[in-house]
Amino acid sequence: MRTKSVTLFANYAVAAALAFGAVASPALAQRDPAYSAARSAGQVGERVNGYLGIVGSPSPDLQRLVDDINNQRRQVYADRAQAEGATLEQYALTAGCLAISRTTAGEKYQAPDGSWQTRTSAAPIRDPRCP
Amino acid sequence: MTTAKLTCGAQRAHKVPMQEPWMIPIRAARTMLVVMAGLPMLTGCVTVNAPAEPIVIELNINITQEVIYRLAEDAGNTIEANADIF
Repeated sequence: MRTKSVTLFANYAVAAALAFGAVASPALAQRDPAYSAARSAGQVGERVNGYLGIVGSPSPDLQRLVDDINNQRRQVYADRAQAEGATLEQYALTAGCLAISRTTAGEKYQAPDGSWQTRTSAAPIRDPRCP
Repeated sequence: MTTAKLTCGAQRAHKVPMQEPWMIPIRAARTMLVVMAGLPMLTGCVTVNAPAEPIVIELNINITQEVIYRLAEDAGNTIEANADIF
């Protein structure tokens, strides 16, 4: 029964891959290369409030990228917050806690005092309420 | 609008008060004030630019740790499900 369902899933996966061509489904998509590069370069960082911020001086391209991602995040936050009976800000702050935890060494994040920090191998400085 | 006074822009004769030497700085200051008050008009329109960042209202202070702990698991799943924007 188990092998059958796995095979069935595999068939669905193949069908889905064929239907979408080479494009992966959005939910499992990886970061845009420009976004990845900006993160690694420390041009953008994770803010305390759950949104992406520009660390240095913003270029129009970078601003567009960050705005685009933040708008998508807000949409996701709004949907999930409603499902969980929370406010957008509550949900976004929680996601911010986790997003800061998930930064890798060299990436930027915002400390509770608002300053930009570079993530090291040590734990990031986070809001005391963060889980 | 037909009087000679208005079309020519001439003022009626009036008595000019005597100007004492001590009055000069006061007059200068008054002139300065008028000039400075007029300066902003020279710059033309006041432009209002839309903020570059999306407006995010911060109400973080009112969010309790209890709420954050409750939402943490779901938020973690959300981040994983939307890996492209996190």
